Amino acid sequence: MNSSVIIFPGSNCDRDMDVALKKFGFKNQMIWHNDSELPKSDLVVLPGGFSYGDYLRCGSMASKSKIIDSVIKFAKSGGLLLGICNGFQILTETKLLPGALLRNKYSKFICKNVFVKINNSENKYFKNLKKNVLELHIAHNEGNFFCSNDQMREIEDNNQIAINYCDQKGQVEDNFNPNGAIKNIAGIFNKQKNILGMMPHPERMIDNYLSGEDGSFFFQNLINNLK
Amino acid sequence: MEVNENIAIEHGLKKTEYKKICDLLKRIPNITELGIFSAMWNEHCSYKSSRLHLKNLPTKGKKVIQGPGENAGVIDIGDDDAIVFKIESHNHPSFIEPYQGAATGVGGIMRDVFTMGARPIANLNSIHFGSPQHKKTKNLLRGVVQGIGGYGNCIGVPTVGGQTCFDESYNGNILVNAMTLGLVKKNKIFYSKAAGINKPVIYVGSKTGRDGIHGASMASAVFDEKIEEKKPTVQVGDPFTEKLLLEACLELMAGDSIISIQDMGAAGLTSSSIEMASKGKLGIELNLNKVPCRESNMTPYEIMLSESQERMLIVLEKGKENQAKKIFDKWNLDFSVIGKTTNTKKIELFYDEKKIAEIPVDTLVENSPMYDRKWKKTKLPQKNKFNKENFKNLKISNILNKILSNPNICNKEWIWEQYDHTVMGDTIQKPGSDSGIVRIHGTNKAVAASVDSSAIYCFAHPLTGGKQVVCESWRNLISVGAEPIAITNCLNFGNPEKDENMGEFVECVKGLGEASEYLNFPVVSGNVSFYNETKDKGIKPTPTIGGVGLIKNYKDMITMGFKESGNIVLVIGKTEGSLDQSIFAREILNIKSGPPPEVNLFNEKNNGETVLNLIKKKLIKSAHDVSLGGIIVAIAKMCIKGKKGIEIKKTKQLINQFQYMFSEDQGRYILEIKKENYKNVKEILNKSSVHYDEIGTVLDNDIVFEDKTKLSVDDLELSNNIWLKKYMEK
Repeated sequence: MNSSVIIFPGSNCDRDMDVALKKFGFKNQMIWHNDSELPKSDLVVLPGGFSYGDYLRCGSMASKSKIIDSVIKFAKSGGLLLGICNGFQILTETKLLPGALLRNKYSKFICKNVFVKINNSENKYFKNLKKNVLELHIAHNEGNFFCSNDQMREIEDNNQIAINYCDQKGQVEDNFNPNGAIKNIAGIFNKQKNILGMMPHPERMIDNYLSGEDGSFFFQNLINNLK
Repeated sequence: MEVNENIAIEHGLKKTEYKKICDLLKRIPNITELGIFSAMWNEHCSYKSSRLHLKNLPTKGKKVIQGPGENAGVIDIGDDDAIVFKIESHNHPSFIEPYQGAATGVGGIMRDVFTMGARPIANLNSIHFGSPQHKKTKNLLRGVVQGIGGYGNCIGVPTVGGQTCFDESYNGNILVNAMTLGLVKKNKIFYSKAAGINKPVIYVGSKTGRDGIHGASMASAVFDEKIEEKKPTVQVGDPFTEKLLLEACLELMAGDSIISIQDMGAAGLTSSSIEMASKGKLGIELNLNKVPCRESNMTPYEIMLSESQERMLIVLEKGKENQAKKIFDKWNLDFSVIGKTTNTKKIELFYDEKKIAEIPVDTLVENSPMYDRKWKKTKLPQKNKFNKENFKNLKISNILNKILSNPNICNKEWIWEQYDHTVMGDTIQKPGSDSGIVRIHGTNKAVAASVDSSAIYCFAHPLTGGKQVVCESWRNLISVGAEPIAITNCLNFGNPEKDENMGEFVECVKGLGEASEYLNFPVVSGNVSFYNETKDKGIKPTPTIGGVGLIKNYKDMITMGFKESGNIVLVIGKTEGSLDQSIFAREILNIKSGPPPEVNLFNEKNNGETVLNLIKKKLIKSAHDVSLGGIIVAIAKMCIKGKKGIEIKKTKQLINQFQYMFSEDQGRYILEIKKENYKNVKEILNKSSVHYDEIGTVLDNDIVFEDKTKLSVDDLELSNNIWLKKYMEK
């Protein structure tokens, strides 16, 4: 399986993503934002970080970078496109995903483990995953997902909510919402479910000496689904 | 502008210093030259009050590749790998503008590390604030924490450890000390010494603006009521540009075109160019019209003294300019050839085709003032006598809850949750542990790092305090199973022109030198911050020690949470029961006099090495050093972390139980071992003549005392967690 990770100036989880993808068997390539062509890929990842310093708005300038046209083309033709953290913000800025990511409710950066419940398994990302609740890690300042009522209706009608913040047992409640996101949303799909944006970082949870191992399940399952 | 003595004094120079400048130049300097002298001769850059004493510190060792004098120290961690590390203060700017002051402190220390060719892999920080009740404390804390996070998080370097203290002596002068560790291949270390004549001098990074002019001078003066006016001297950080600069520099460093490289930190272009020339025994010629400027009409004076951030100066091999420029173009950074090296041993500045300054380099560096300031010795205070009357009506359970929620002991999660501590995917012990640990990417090795200070002890008796803080750093590394290698120090003190403050400095430095010598734990880098004083009130002497150690196989590291019920818990090291200066005496009994706990370097070393030996033999399940709050606080934290309890045995100690539980005697650890290993462990401890007490057995929950009093660990956890969050969010 071939994957590509896009590096924007200011990306800082690009290497971590490269390490994780390779660990689970992807042949990964790093692609510079100023390139115009994507190599043949089964998966394209927009990694976390602070693309272009997150100046103006998070992800906004990256959404106008040179490589983005071919990323959009790739996704529109059904390719798997995954955006983590800043990558999720870029996906909303490019309008590939609905909504926006606002400043965290308590106006501070949050770095900690959270639990997320998988809301929709009928897709390449979560199909066959043995666990329904994953312990993942978040590290962001702007992860407070927001959208209009109309957008929310559409998101729900199309079953686009991917994961919600929850507790260890999978209960989705306000107490377990770290950033104020509507309906505890931690990640969403596009209508076709080939594009996934999520705030948590599975690439930081790939061995038990790190914060945990649930990221391993995610990547292993993803590559199995692609085979 | 005609320069005279008054203008020199406005620049922070003393009359005698101005006279010395005129004598050295054999003429009156012009204003640009005066600015350069004042920047190079201030306390921050010249170490004029501290040099004499710092030179006695042990700086050499088998594993030391580079000691003090470079941008950062370098140690050998085996194979081809080396760790570059340093701690630095950004106290004065952080008090005036907490967010930017702290942010640029983090930016500056990371630049010091990647200037040497190392990719930063871990950040730590030590921050000290005034009393929680003081009106400024909350906002300063919030701003500093956001600033540290704002910069480090954006660059993508994990913040893996730190320390936060509160004490009223910091009401008018907070401390922000930032430390960075970087990883480099031994044969790819870059130094600041220029070499060769006629080599191009290159400016890269951000443009030069009017921010931070005379920042280093501000850090060399005491505060008065007009500090608000100094806001413009605080630099503004741009972590995004630093991230680009980091990647661009490392890309250029992969080749062989750099002769020397130096970041523009305090005193900007002035100190960077002069340091390069001085170390290479060369001259340097700069054309200031070529310096990329943010604002128009900047004068040579402003250009030379600006402390705009995210800038580097490079001496390049001739003919490599285009190749280098391509890299900086790719990363969208300024790149400008602004001068060349010469054989004149002078710094010569040109502006609008006129020579506007000419100063022999040695007058700025070797001939800079050095003072043997008067200092006063601190006598060892009399010990207090504690008797039954002192402990009447006290209950350990109440005290323990109270101490766990003390601002200086409580859980600092509210702070470190705002720091990205997991980016780079190698953080295997996060903040809140005895040391932060990161793996050396792609290997089995890991480095542990800890920052520590003990201002209370240092204030009570500087010599003992200086020793103690080095020992504490060493213990924190050993507690996670790391072999301590070397330290960096950030020496935060009051006004060196006062005998008492200078005495505190001299004796703390003496103490830390003795301890680091004895423990073979040399000082490889550091920084001095004097004049932490507002309206005549100085801070408590606060040397901060950053220690670094190596774990050969990260899978052997030790964590502090209790692991399994039924395991035996030992106290390593003798408990004498000295309560003076302990948090128990100060906060519960309200007795604030007396000497700090004695430091016995022989026991410290012997106990530490024996614990490390037990860890290497895989006989230890968990470990934690005993520090603030004594045995019972250490044990409570191990219970909280491991979500376990303990049954505490009746001790054979003759001393009172309060003295046993709360004294802060040095050189002690709490260890958890399996029953079947107890015999083996005892043998090793006896053979090494290490004192130990068996204090109890791990339980599933609750702390149970010999008199059957029970304490819920959940309650203790709540006490430990609640204070800071409540304080910051109410």
